[in-house]
Amino acid sequence: MAGRAGIVAASMTKFEAAKPYQHLMDLVLEVTDKVVEAAGISLKDDVEAVISCSQDHWDGRTISSMPIPDIVCSHLKDESKVAGDGAYAALYGAMHILSGDNKLVLVVSHCAESHTDGTMIENWSIDHIFHRMLGLDYTIGGAMQARRYMDKYKVTPEQFAKIVVKNKGNARKNVYAQEAMELTVDQVLKSRMLADPITELQKKPVSDGACALIIASEEVAKKLTPNPVWITGAGNCYEFHNPGDRDLAECDALVKAAKKAYKMAGIGNPAKDIDLVELSENYAYQEMLWTEGLGLCGKGDGGKLIDSGKTQIKGELPVNPSGGLLSGIPVTVAGMTRVAEAVWQLQGKAGEHQVQGAKRAVVHGCDGLCGQMHCVLVLEKGGK
Amino acid sequence: MEAVKKEPVLFEGYVIMPYKYSVGSLASKFFIKIRDSKVLSGAKCPKCHMVNFPPRSVCPKCFSKVEELVELSGKGKLETFTIVHYESSVQAVKPPYAIGVIKLEGADTAITHFIGGVDYKDIKPGMKLEPVFKAKRNANILDIEYFQPA
Repeated sequence: MAGRAGIVAASMTKFEAAKPYQHLMDLVLEVTDKVVEAAGISLKDDVEAVISCSQDHWDGRTISSMPIPDIVCSHLKDESKVAGDGAYAALYGAMHILSGDNKLVLVVSHCAESHTDGTMIENWSIDHIFHRMLGLDYTIGGAMQARRYMDKYKVTPEQFAKIVVKNKGNARKNVYAQEAMELTVDQVLKSRMLADPITELQKKPVSDGACALIIASEEVAKKLTPNPVWITGAGNCYEFHNPGDRDLAECDALVKAAKKAYKMAGIGNPAKDIDLVELSENYAYQEMLWTEGLGLCGKGDGGKLIDSGKTQIKGELPVNPSGGLLSGIPVTVAGMTRVAEAVWQLQGKAGEHQVQGAKRAVVHGCDGLCGQMHCVLVLEKGGK
Repeated sequence: MEAVKKEPVLFEGYVIMPYKYSVGSLASKFFIKIRDSKVLSGAKCPKCHMVNFPPRSVCPKCFSKVEELVELSGKGKLETFTIVHYESSVQAVKPPYAIGVIKLEGADTAITHFIGGVDYKDIKPGMKLEPVFKAKRNANILDIEYFQPA
């Protein structure tokens, strides 16, 4: 491998329930302009490759990346697309650097969930022969997973609600967050029941926005900034698609992805060796289950972990100090915002939700029915 | 920006794409057995003997080619479930309705399907279920109307 891959700069839009005043490419332009300025580079001359991240169904067209070169100046350059979660696009960007192929890449994701009916897209992602006709979507799958998790490990809806109170509360300090709310457990549980045990406030709201990163080789990153953030570990893993192939109370794919990333980064005890976590919780129960999968607590102890207060912004191991996905971030963009948030935390630029002294962060991207695909990255500042 | 925020121009578009999906040879046999005989069957791996329901022609455990369907009693056990309260554009039935993951006797993997013929408050994980078939069947998964307590 060609040295280390360093993230030089990050940007995002403010996330909103709808941005009818912006074309999708306005979103891309906004974050590209911001990240190029933050990195102090020339888009035309310094960016060697562009990795965009978007999905055709959400954009209502095929080849959702087609208009991107016009915005990011990538005609006659190395240009490709990740049609999945944005954490994978960040990983792919790092691969461009670590392969030695490029010295500086732009990674950019966009999605406007308000443009269409997300339930239809989720349903279209489901096995069409045996399950799609049942009208399955991610909320129904999530509710069945949450129920299984409750049955096996005796976690409770009250504990799920605590995640919502924490994350939407954290969002009050995040200028980019869509839904900052001061809530009680009771309010979360009494919000409209969607699919038992998931109530409306336990589900990520519909959201529009974009995110971008500049990733560079070790040499270039050090020239551009005094505080590059290094990608020191990476792992991704894909779960069985059919919910009936798995025990839904477990997240074996995440366990494997995390172990691989931790081994690469030399993390022996994730609960102690990590300063903060930004993970992808499309539903409240997922933050509890993913903290188990990430090895931040034992199997079945996700409920005890939220009860302990350790994952609060002032706790020993803050989880989603930004407000997480529950505060409103679109799919596709989601995992990349986890990376961007951690970059700002490690650069000391997170603003009011800054975790003091953060040196090492773990970020997690996730997509699919019942958390099917997981990508874990370890980010660190400093080092050799 | 402020002017466009006051009056953004939007237009409506639709993507309507018709498909004729092939279910393949094994699933064709599977759906015809349901349509003609009201019998559920699983795909048995010749090498590791794993039985997949719903069937698939490549064993997910040992990747052997699977060509044999074995008949199942249809009786099974509920692994998990939810009661759906919200409406969406893709649902096959009107909410509220119950849906769950059901593992049949003799099968190693489970299917998701509707649960009916029972008061929702009486649905419990682990309960024994059996299929109820529609009177008019079209060789698809909705030929099973729902699973009810056995």
